[in-house]
Amino acid sequence: MEIGRIIAYLISFAIMAGIYAVFCLGLNIQWGYTGLFNIGIAGFFCIGAYVSAMITTPKPTGLYAEYVHQIFGLNLPFPLGLLGAAVMCGIIAFLIGIPTLKLAEDYLAIATIGIAETVRLIFNNEHWLANGPRGLMGLPQPLSDLVDPRYYNYIYLVIVVIIMIVIYLLIERAIRSPWGRVLRAIRGDEISAAMSGKNIFNFKMQSLVFGAMVMGIGGALYAHYTKAISPDVFTPLYGTFIIWVMVIAGGSGNNKGVILGAFVVWAIWIGTRFMTEFLPYTLKARAPYIRYLLIGILLEFILIYKPQGLLGEEKKVSKLLE
Amino acid sequence: MAELVVYGIVLGSIISLGAIGLTLVYGILQFANFAHGDLMTVGAYIALFFVSGPFAWIGIPDNTFGPFSFGWRMVIAFPFSMLAVGGVSILLDRILYRNLRNRGSGRVTLAISALGASFIIRMVVLIIWGADYRFYRPGILRPALKLPLGVKIRPDQILILIVVFLLVILLHLFLQRTKMGKAMRATSDNMELARISGIDIERVITWTWGIGGALAAAAGILYGIDVQIHTGMGWNFLIPLFAAAILGSIGNMYGALVGGLVIGVAQQVSTAFLLPTYKSAVAFFIMILILLIRPQGIFGGGRK
Amino acid sequence: MNHSPGINFILKVEDTTVGYSEIDILYDVSIALGSGEIVSVIGPNGAGKSTLLKTIFGFLKPKNGKVIFKDEDITGLKPEKIVKKGISYVPQVENIFPSLTIQENLEMGAFIRTDDYSSRLNEMFELFPDLKKRRNQRAGQLSGGQRQMVAMGRALMLDPLVLLLDEPSAGLAPNLVSMIFERIKDINSTGVAMILVEQNAREALSMAQRGYVLATGRNVLDGEAKALLENKEVARLYLGG
Repeated sequence: MEIGRIIAYLISFAIMAGIYAVFCLGLNIQWGYTGLFNIGIAGFFCIGAYVSAMITTPKPTGLYAEYVHQIFGLNLPFPLGLLGAAVMCGIIAFLIGIPTLKLAEDYLAIATIGIAETVRLIFNNEHWLANGPRGLMGLPQPLSDLVDPRYYNYIYLVIVVIIMIVIYLLIERAIRSPWGRVLRAIRGDEISAAMSGKNIFNFKMQSLVFGAMVMGIGGALYAHYTKAISPDVFTPLYGTFIIWVMVIAGGSGNNKGVILGAFVVWAIWIGTRFMTEFLPYTLKARAPYIRYLLIGILLEFILIYKPQGLLGEEKKVSKLLE
Repeated sequence: MAELVVYGIVLGSIISLGAIGLTLVYGILQFANFAHGDLMTVGAYIALFFVSGPFAWIGIPDNTFGPFSFGWRMVIAFPFSMLAVGGVSILLDRILYRNLRNRGSGRVTLAISALGASFIIRMVVLIIWGADYRFYRPGILRPALKLPLGVKIRPDQILILIVVFLLVILLHLFLQRTKMGKAMRATSDNMELARISGIDIERVITWTWGIGGALAAAAGILYGIDVQIHTGMGWNFLIPLFAAAILGSIGNMYGALVGGLVIGVAQQVSTAFLLPTYKSAVAFFIMILILLIRPQGIFGGGRK
Repeated sequence: MNHSPGINFILKVEDTTVGYSEIDILYDVSIALGSGEIVSVIGPNGAGKSTLLKTIFGFLKPKNGKVIFKDEDITGLKPEKIVKKGISYVPQVENIFPSLTIQENLEMGAFIRTDDYSSRLNEMFELFPDLKKRRNQRAGQLSGGQRQMVAMGRALMLDPLVLLLDEPSAGLAPNLVSMIFERIKDINSTGVAMILVEQNAREALSMAQRGYVLATGRNVLDGEAKALLENKEVARLYLGG
């Protein structure tokens, strides 16, 4: 295999891992720092991707409109797509949070599963919304006219990494602030935190919303990388579960950890593809299931043998202690 | 409309069976077992295996009983599968949950591991059987009986109601009349006091998993008989199961029974106004409503 | 510590220190219980009386010291083992199974028995006739006094040698308090030794042979119950004058 192909492969790997790292950072705000058990990540993934897609593409007209239905199409540049995705996810998170944040942890989890499922059902069945099961295609890529399409991924990788780092720095800043301390107090012992007089609900809501906004950005990044999205991408397995595995593997409550977790788990995921090359012919069709099985088993191993993940929770987080 | 209600009761009885298993586990172990739906899937597939595999090999006749869509093979496969899934459920506890429990893991960690278990189970089923939809008895004509009010119901569906009814009665007798059943109720009331009294908590937990798994298998098989078998069927039931258990006050077996019927009817009736694919969204909506208005469920004293 | 000469001690707690990582609740506490005796442990709130019972029963493991039952060191054994050895425990709150009937509560008390315990069950109903007529009523619907009886009955189903009672009169109306103490005397007369932890110090000491006073996790005073009752300090501090 020539060097060029290997590098191209690594670049695509890094882009996807980076996108997943963004999701992990979002989940880390909600779960790692505040203890919100969100199993509905796929819902925000979906909304972020679709909103950015529809902001950045024009509304179909003429004959094209017979085949592609979109509820809106603004044809605006990529940064506005990202922004729109974040804002919309934030709004939806806020609306979801009002009824559900009062619930206890595992009830919240069930609610988030339901929400993600409902979101996917709506996108799948309401064709006028975003073209139903066929989804949207031909999504634009930022700065695509700068280079030869063969080398475009380099640019996208840089975009993803920059966004990931910016989000990382923002979150690190926020976590070290008094706001961040309250979040961690909530995760540790909600009752004591409540007794210190802070309005717990507001803090949880802020955590939910910011986390969702980050996830929305992740969804947008995904959409513009793959250039085509449809509801069957945003399944509980691909859009939620694997992100949880990444966060737990890396160390929930640790931003560096979850980024590492994203890269490691994605590497394992890609690695399993090579392993399945060696499968006997009869099992080849089942290869994706075998790979997912391995990821599931990986999660259980981590939960039992190394629940704090690779890097564990950050010890010193407050500037006052350092 | 009457037909929707009647079918809703049939579907609801299947949901009830699954919800009862779920609520039993939650009542004693205090965690949301996200793998419960997939236990239904396993039950359906194991029965499929028996019916098309071993029972064919050892020569159990293939003919169906009268107006029903199944024969001896299913009748024997049914309890076998229940036993098998009860065993799988206990195994899961031994390998996975017990470790985490003994370590003092919180209910969220247990729930995450259950989520992982649900995916593992589903992947194993996919690896063995593939993603195609299956039927216990493909291509059979299943004529419907006509009841008053223009309601049509298949003989299979009447049998589903009877089977659920029988299983519920058996469970009731078990919980009320046997020593282990009473110990399960006691542990669900107050696990600490059960320990103090000398009740063997691990045995109670094992029985709970076993019964929960067996009921899930039964629910899965019945659904497979009525509709079809596919690898996502259990996961699709997860929201209705939780909705039913919460509606009926989590931990309360009889509440889960009622809750299941209510959810089933609500889902079917909703198809008069909404697309059928939105049924789980309807269950979800009801669940959110209950959690907001009366989180302890109809019968109260739900969550500890 | 010199408890009292000439008594056959069935349960001894020797110099135990119990607590969580940095906070200790009991410091070097010792008590002893003779066969068939009632020993009352009294003292102000937070003195560690409940902790003492929990330590004996195995819910807490002492950092130092020993718990000895019938000359066997049972320190640190889990509750499920301890209950099998002949010590039963009645917690202060949540001490019945509310959704089970009275009879079922008692049956659960007998869970580990492999023999026919119906005669024991009848003995419990003789002891608590009020429960007999309601044997099929759900325990959760009972009054406070009736619940306490069920709680004690449940603990007695195993024919324990020692009964640990954590504030049995707590929250009960005064007439029920005397009723419960009457029952406790009846139970004792069948040969069951008891450690009675109580806020109601006067009643507790008047029932007991010996008593211990605990305050802030330490032994303060001990001796014959009668002597403690007449002790002016005890009277002033713990008996309400």
